[in-house]
Amino acid sequence: MSKTRIEVLDRREFLVASGAAVATLTALTSGALAREMKDANKLLQELTGGAKPTEGKVKLEMPEIAENGATVPVKISVDSPMTDKDYCESVTIIAPKNPTVYVATFKFTPDSGKAWVSTRMRLAQTQEVWALAKMSDGSFRIAKTNVKVTIGGCGG
Amino acid sequence: MGKARVKVPKKAKKGEIITIKTLIKHKMQRATKDKKTGKPIKRNIIHTFEAKFNGKPFLTAEWDTGISANPYTAFTHRVSESGEYEFVWKDDAGQTYTAKARIEVA
Repeated sequence: MSKTRIEVLDRREFLVASGAAVATLTALTSGALAREMKDANKLLQELTGGAKPTEGKVKLEMPEIAENGATVPVKISVDSPMTDKDYCESVTIIAPKNPTVYVATFKFTPDSGKAWVSTRMRLAQTQEVWALAKMSDGSFRIAKTNVKVTIGGCGG
Repeated sequence: MGKARVKVPKKAKKGEIITIKTLIKHKMQRATKDKKTGKPIKRNIIHTFEAKFNGKPFLTAEWDTGISANPYTAFTHRVSESGEYEFVWKDDAGQTYTAKARIEVA
């Protein structure tokens, strides 16, 4: 019971703390949107060193609708043999419309056995989440998925 | 804060890929301001997580504020021998939290 309450408060603080997110929720201006998109794209470019990631081989599983943006389950799996010569080095989660677009990086080794991770993340608002995989041959793969975040009954 | 729970199978076959589940109690506090006093609240999140087997890291993670409070992470490991897992979480306040588990290979 108390745990649920903390999460609700947490969510509200999250929205308040991110002025940009609130602004986008109340008045979706194309300017603000472009700025956020640029940041995520800039981050992507930084991570790939300018290389263009291709789609496929990465599976990003998230709920279509997340009732509580404070804790949204996310599962990522990358199709890779995970041998010493050919493996997935890392996956990075990017949330373009979060106040901090960089969410996390998970670094694998061939000992991982599978390039698979399951975690829980925060989403400030409805958005498309990205999962970028770096392969041992230096190539990049990407998967994107849309998650709708519904605002709780107590406003927001 | 810092209370960790890990779920590791007790036994495995050589070469088997097992799933490990970890959970740690942590606020994952973003930098913000106190609503009543307006005083700034410092960021305190777990920024690094590491999973080791017999002393060798096989999974490392770098987290930012987008990871939920009480971080949950599940991942896999290919088991080649009996041994000990060590899981390490580090936060902005300089705290290090660890958890251990053993696995026997039949």
